[in-house]
Amino acid sequence: MATVTTTAPDTRTFSGAAWSWITTVDHKRIAVLYLVTALGFFVMGGVEALLIRAQLARPDADVVAPDRYTELFTMHGTTMVFLALMPMSAAFFNLLLPLMIGARDVAFPRLNALSYWIYLFGGIFINISFVAGGAPNAGWFGYAPLTATKFAATHAIDFWALGLQILGVSSILASINFIVTIVNLRAPGMTLNRMPMFVWMSMITAFLIIFAFPAITIGLVLLLFDRYMSTSFFLPAGGGDPVLWQHLFWVFGHPEVYILILPAMGIVSEILPTFSRKPLFGYAVVAYSGAAIALVGFGVWTHHMFTVGLGPIADTAFAISTMAIAVPTGVKIFNWIATLYGGSISFKTPMLFAIGMVAMFIIGGLSGVILGSPPVDGQVQDTYFVVAHLHYVLFGGTVFGLFAGIYYWFPKFTGRLLHEGWGKVHFLLMLIGFNLTFLPQHMLGIDGMPRRIHTYSSDMGFELWNMVSTVGSFMIAVSVAVFAINAIRSARSGAISGSDPWDAGTLEWTIPSPPPVYNFAEIPVVDGQYPAWDAKRGGGNTGAVATVPETLEGEDEPHIHMPNPSYWPIVMAAGMVLAASGLIFHQIFILLGAMMFGISLIGWIEEPAE
Amino acid sequence: MSTHGSEQHGHHLYTGLDNRKLAMWAFLGSETMFFGCLILVMLINKHNTLGSHGQEIFDLALTSFTTFVLLTSSMSMVLSLAAFRNGSVFWGRIWLGLVMLMGIVFLGGQVYEFSEFVHHGLTPSTNLFGASFFTLVGFHGAHVAIGVLWLGTVMLYSFRGRFRPGSDMWGIELVGLYWHFVDLVWVAIFTLIYLI
Repeated sequence: MATVTTTAPDTRTFSGAAWSWITTVDHKRIAVLYLVTALGFFVMGGVEALLIRAQLARPDADVVAPDRYTELFTMHGTTMVFLALMPMSAAFFNLLLPLMIGARDVAFPRLNALSYWIYLFGGIFINISFVAGGAPNAGWFGYAPLTATKFAATHAIDFWALGLQILGVSSILASINFIVTIVNLRAPGMTLNRMPMFVWMSMITAFLIIFAFPAITIGLVLLLFDRYMSTSFFLPAGGGDPVLWQHLFWVFGHPEVYILILPAMGIVSEILPTFSRKPLFGYAVVAYSGAAIALVGFGVWTHHMFTVGLGPIADTAFAISTMAIAVPTGVKIFNWIATLYGGSISFKTPMLFAIGMVAMFIIGGLSGVILGSPPVDGQVQDTYFVVAHLHYVLFGGTVFGLFAGIYYWFPKFTGRLLHEGWGKVHFLLMLIGFNLTFLPQHMLGIDGMPRRIHTYSSDMGFELWNMVSTVGSFMIAVSVAVFAINAIRSARSGAISGSDPWDAGTLEWTIPSPPPVYNFAEIPVVDGQYPAWDAKRGGGNTGAVATVPETLEGEDEPHIHMPNPSYWPIVMAAGMVLAASGLIFHQIFILLGAMMFGISLIGWIEEPAE
Repeated sequence: MSTHGSEQHGHHLYTGLDNRKLAMWAFLGSETMFFGCLILVMLINKHNTLGSHGQEIFDLALTSFTTFVLLTSSMSMVLSLAAFRNGSVFWGRIWLGLVMLMGIVFLGGQVYEFSEFVHHGLTPSTNLFGASFFTLVGFHGAHVAIGVLWLGTVMLYSFRGRFRPGSDMWGIELVGLYWHFVDLVWVAIFTLIYLI
């Protein structure tokens, strides 16, 4: 091993190993923490979904009580969006951004650890509500005045509002970190237009997060003031306006949709070229269309509010911008298809999931254009048609894309490959289960079944498709179980992958799997979009990229400064969440949390970074 | 933690700009949206008074004075950085202390203004004009207060041997960026909420 100057704890004992994870500032280990935690919350949100589907399988059922049901659909949405999908994307940002741009770590390693711990504690904080007087129950977009003290007297909504504030801090800090990393830590020669497409989409996502989250932060602040300081921002009785909440929420909420989908688009844009054996078609257009989606994404939010009654001019304007956003999205899809065209395609599991993502996302995109028409939206608003649409985009798009990424980059997480056969079983079960679950929901929606209802009576004609949908959802559950077993077994005893199992073109495949703590012994020099392909095939620069050794033994080992582990991030995150919990449990926690925050801030500043 | 040319923590820096300064710019971009939303909420509720207090409660003479003080503090901030850069630690500290003093004067004016309003019967729960006003101006005041504390730590570090002639000045530049931004936000608040 190279002389890496860290004061790492002894990892041979259990406590030493645990301590090394708690204090780690290594982006690769933080990526593992993000991935495992996010998959855990994904399972939790999935169980909530299964309970919802079990309740809806038959008419007049009472599998879960109505009150519990509202908690389940609220927490299913909240968990999947904020605790499962966003953090799973963050796992890939963490692992891949430094590797893809040829850097040794992110710009601020301790800040990176802080983002993770805030996320973990925030996620636990929201879910404590289940055993502390009831979980949030006003839907994942918490419409006023359902959230008013008058209609929600328990602390359920406070858990939700404070929890989302905490998670917002985590997301903004992480995004600032990623922006600086991408802008400033690229290897020499890696111009913007040589960055891997995943890096492009990550950068756009990070900008979306820092500009979109403040809107929900303000919305939640006003909501908390309504609840704690008897203001009436969203209460008509005091002159307030519930529609203001909808505006603030969706100014955040619609960009959030792109925050969820753009990383998956970036993942697919890496996988399709690798398994088609040719570069991404129309690289620049794919990159700029991502930026266009992000930009227009800030100007479409009231399509979530077509039935509010904002008037024909507002509805028309936002219908036009909504349909316009289909153009850059379509551009991406055609470029992906053109990437496949004429390639020598190999159908490995990552490729199957990537193609599945493109296909499912097309269906979700088309129903999105349908919903973008105000007259149509007026008919199917708040029906299962909307539920079907959003799941085709966020499950068919994001989840398929993220699983593609897990299969593709599993070697960079663990050094081993996921089992290919079980991977294909997972894909087939998930593809069929997903379509069984959500395709019938289009029909249910057009038939008039409202979303978020506890049950329906047997004379409504909803029975068949609800039963099909429930069967499909349990098929998805089986597919996730197959994946979980495969992942646990492969991480322990899967085939050793080597540095480059897919013969891929980007920088992370030029270094060992899993990469050494310093990533690159020698910072590479880049002069193309696919430096690893260039190196292997004799095009472009073949210098630094090709000569990085697998292990570094011997006398002239490099002396690389790596950041020290630190326990301040976890202390600071705990302090923040403790202080927030004081608004619910006891004021003393606010004081204690603030003290922890203050002490860790001083410790953080005084601690030598390397 | 010093910066060697275009290297930082052993990283090669693509743009040659300091990581921390880039991060501060990104953070301030996020803050722009934060205050933008708050100002919009205030503008929406500006005349939402339910027959109680509204804009007539503002004491323009007082606020004009504290505004003048806060804007002047930005000049003092510039002079402080320039002095530290020119190697004059003494004048750097003088100007820095003046920034803090002016920040405290501004905050004092705000505390006085808030207590006067409450005294006259305008609280956050009186009407939405009051709620929006206290939220917006309160958050801005909190930013000024954090700025004063931050300036205090910079001052402390200058007495502990930092910011000597020839050393790096990013610590002062960062707080300067933040301070100018908070100032700029006040220009928008004063114009849109108090004057118009």
